[in-house]
Amino acid sequence: MSETTIIQGGTLVLPDTTMKADIIIRDHVIAELGDGLDVPAGATVLNAEGAYVGPAFVDLHAHLREPGGEAAETVATGAAAGVKGGYSALVAMPNTVPAIDSVPVAAHVLELGRRSMLEVVPAGAITLGRRGEHLAPMGELAALGLTFFTDDGTGVQNAGLMRRALLYAKGLGLTLAQHCEDESLAGAGCMNASALSSRLGLAGRPAIAEEAMVARDLLLAQDTGARLHVLHLSTARSLAMVREAQARGVAVTAEVTPHHFTLTEESCAGYDPTFKVHPPLRGSTDVEALRIGLHAGYIDAVATDHAPHAPEMKERPFDEAAPGMLGLETAFSLTLEALGGGEADPVLLFKVLSRTPAHIANLTRHDQRRHGLSAHGGDLSIGTDANLVIVDTSTRSVVNRHDLASLARNTPYEGRSLIGAVRHTVVAGTVALRDGEFTR
Amino acid sequence: MSADSLIGGNLLSIEDLSADGLAEVLEVAESFVEVNGRSVKKIPVLKGRVIASLFFEESTRTRLSFETAAKRLSADVLSLAVASSSVKKGESLKDTIETIEALGIDAVVLRHRSSGAAHQVSRWVKEAKVINAGDGTHEHPSQALIDLFTVRRAVAERRGVDSRGSGLALLAGARVLIIGDIVHSRVARSEMLAYAKAGAQVRVIGPGTLVPGNVEIYGAERAENLDVELAEADVVSLLRMQEERGSGRFVPSLHEFSTLYGIDERRARLIRDDAVITHPGPMVRGVEVSSLVADDPRMVVREQVTNGVPIRMAILFLALSTRGEMVNV
Repeated sequence: MSETTIIQGGTLVLPDTTMKADIIIRDHVIAELGDGLDVPAGATVLNAEGAYVGPAFVDLHAHLREPGGEAAETVATGAAAGVKGGYSALVAMPNTVPAIDSVPVAAHVLELGRRSMLEVVPAGAITLGRRGEHLAPMGELAALGLTFFTDDGTGVQNAGLMRRALLYAKGLGLTLAQHCEDESLAGAGCMNASALSSRLGLAGRPAIAEEAMVARDLLLAQDTGARLHVLHLSTARSLAMVREAQARGVAVTAEVTPHHFTLTEESCAGYDPTFKVHPPLRGSTDVEALRIGLHAGYIDAVATDHAPHAPEMKERPFDEAAPGMLGLETAFSLTLEALGGGEADPVLLFKVLSRTPAHIANLTRHDQRRHGLSAHGGDLSIGTDANLVIVDTSTRSVVNRHDLASLARNTPYEGRSLIGAVRHTVVAGTVALRDGEFTR
Repeated sequence: MSADSLIGGNLLSIEDLSADGLAEVLEVAESFVEVNGRSVKKIPVLKGRVIASLFFEESTRTRLSFETAAKRLSADVLSLAVASSSVKKGESLKDTIETIEALGIDAVVLRHRSSGAAHQVSRWVKEAKVINAGDGTHEHPSQALIDLFTVRRAVAERRGVDSRGSGLALLAGARVLIIGDIVHSRVARSEMLAYAKAGAQVRVIGPGTLVPGNVEIYGAERAENLDVELAEADVVSLLRMQEERGSGRFVPSLHEFSTLYGIDERRARLIRDDAVITHPGPMVRGVEVSSLVADDPRMVVREQVTNGVPIRMAILFLALSTRGEMVNV
C-alpha cells in the first residue's frame, strides 16, 4: 500500500546547509522537492511551517527489553516511544533474556521490529550470554544483517578476549561497541565516586573505571585496526582520549547520552533510584565538558541508552535498584537545548541525532539483503528513502511520565519544561506520527 | 527554638539538626536520665502512640535500646522480626512499609543495610515519623548523639561541673580523634558531623584505603601520625572493623591493621589521663583495641550503652511532639 504525502512550508536541513522547500513522498521515497509544490490528489498534507524537516533520528542505543523483559518494555512500545521521539530506526541492545547471541533470538527481534512502527536493528552480543568468556557467532549474526556488536550492560573485561573480538570483527567488517567500565574499579558502585557519594554512604563508580577501559580499547583498536564505537562516554577525559585517537587516525567513534550532558550527580542526593545509571551521572565539570564538546561538534552521536524498568525495579533501596533511565521521548529536546535551543545549528543537530549514528550503525544504504531495511540519515535528495522528521524548535512542554508512549515510567525529567517538539515522523514513506499523535 | 529542631520531624541524618537542635536532644535526654533512675522507669508521655521497630539488619543493642526507650515512654512497640516476616518471601521494602503504616503507627525506627533507606522510607510513609537507626554506610545519628551525650557527661564529671544545661559548651574546642575504618562506618559519618556541629576539632586517621579522600566535607581533617594525635586528643573514638561490609579486603590482614592502628598498652599510655575513649560497640578485642585497654577506666563503652536509652527516649519524644505543645517530663 503506497501513500502520497506532501510536507509543506518547512526548512529542509541538508548535510551542510538549510533551504526552504516542500517535499512530496511517493512509493516510500522522496519523489519531488521544490518551493510551492502543488498538493497531489489524495495526498496527506503535513504542515511544516516554522519547523525543520530533516532525516528522522537514529538511536544507536535502545534497550527494548524483548525478549525477557516485557514488563518494562516491548519492541512495539519501545518503537512507539521512538516514533514519538522522532526516530525511524533503533539499534536494539542485546542484553535481553536470552541475550541476542544466536540466530533464532536475532531473527525473533528482527521480526518483532518488522511489526513495529519503525525499523529495528538488533545489535549482537560480542560474547555468548554477554558473559565475557567465549565469542558469540558474529559471522552467523552478520548474515542476518547485524553489523553492530556489544555486550552493553557490561564491557568485555578481559583485554585478551577484547583484542581477539576486535580482530575477528575486523575480518567480517563489523563494528564493536563497548560499554567502557572496568568492573574491578566500578565494582558494586551505584553512583559517581565523589565527595557526594562518600557523604551519601553510597559506593562509587569512579570516572577512572570508564577512562581506564576507554584508554585500553583505543590502544586495542589502533593495534588491530578494527572499528570501535565507545558507548555512552561520560567524562571529559574519555572525550579527550577519543578525540586524540581520532586525530591519530584510529577508527573510533563515540556517543554521549542526553542524561550525561544534562544531569549531574547532585540528582542522586535524595536517593531516588530514577537517577541511578551506568556509567553514573557525573559532576558538573564533566557535564559541562560534554556540553561544550557536543556544541563544538566533537561528539559523533547522541544516543539515548533508553533503559526502561518496571516500577518494582526502581522502588527499592538505591544500591539494589536497577540502573538506567528512559530517553527516546526526550532526547531531541535535550539535545536541542544543549545546542542552544531556538539558536541551535540545525545541521549539527541532525548530524548528531541522525546522519552520523546512521553511518555508525551502517544504516545509510537501502539494502535488500537486510530484509528490506531502508536507508536512514539521508541527504533528502530525490529518490532516497523517506525517513523524515519535522520538528519545532520553539514550543515548550512539560514532561509528564503518564503521557509517555514507553511502557515504563522511569524518566528522570518528570516535571521538567523542555524546548522543542516532534511534530511529524515519517518512517519509510509512511506517516507514523502526525501533529504529535500516532496515526495508528 | 531553632528551625532545625527534631520536634515533629524525622531523624534521618545529623544534618537534620542545627547546633541548637542537637543541644536540645542532649538536654531532653538529661531529663530522662532521672526517669531511668526511678524504681518505676515509666512515664506516660507517649501513651497510646505506636512505634514500629523495623530492623532489616542484625542488631542487638540498638534495637533493644530503642524498644526500651519507647516502652519507658509508654508507647506501644510493634516489632518486625525480619527473619519470620514476609520480607523473606520477597516482599519489597516499600510494600512492607505501606503494610506496617496501614496498621496505624506514629513512628518507624528503621535499620537497613542500604544507604538512604531511611530517606526513601520517609517519602513512602504518609504520616509516620522516620527515625534512622543505621542505614548502610551512610549514617547512624542516634549513636553519634549518644557519643556526644556520653562525652559531655564524662567531661562535666572530670571538671566537677553539671552537664545539665551546659549546651555544647563542654564539647566546643575539644580535640576529637576518630580512628580506623571511616569509609564503611556510618557511626564515623554521623560522629564527624555531630562533633563538628558542636564546635569540636575533628581529626580522623586510618589506613589509606579506609579513610575517604574528602573528610573536610564532614568538617574533619585527616591526620597522619597516630602517636602524636593520641597524645593531643581529648576524645578518642574507636570504630569497629566492618568485616561484614568487606573492610577486611582493604587491609592486608586484621593483624596488620591492629599493629598499625589498634590501641595496645603502649598507645594507651600515650592517651592523656583525662581523655575520654569511646567505642560504639560491639568491640572486637585484639583488633581495634587490646583486651587490657578494653577495660581501661577512660573507656566509656558501658556508659554509651546506658545512655542509649535516654537519648533514644529524647529522640522519640521530640519527633512525636508538636511544636508549642511539648509536655513537661
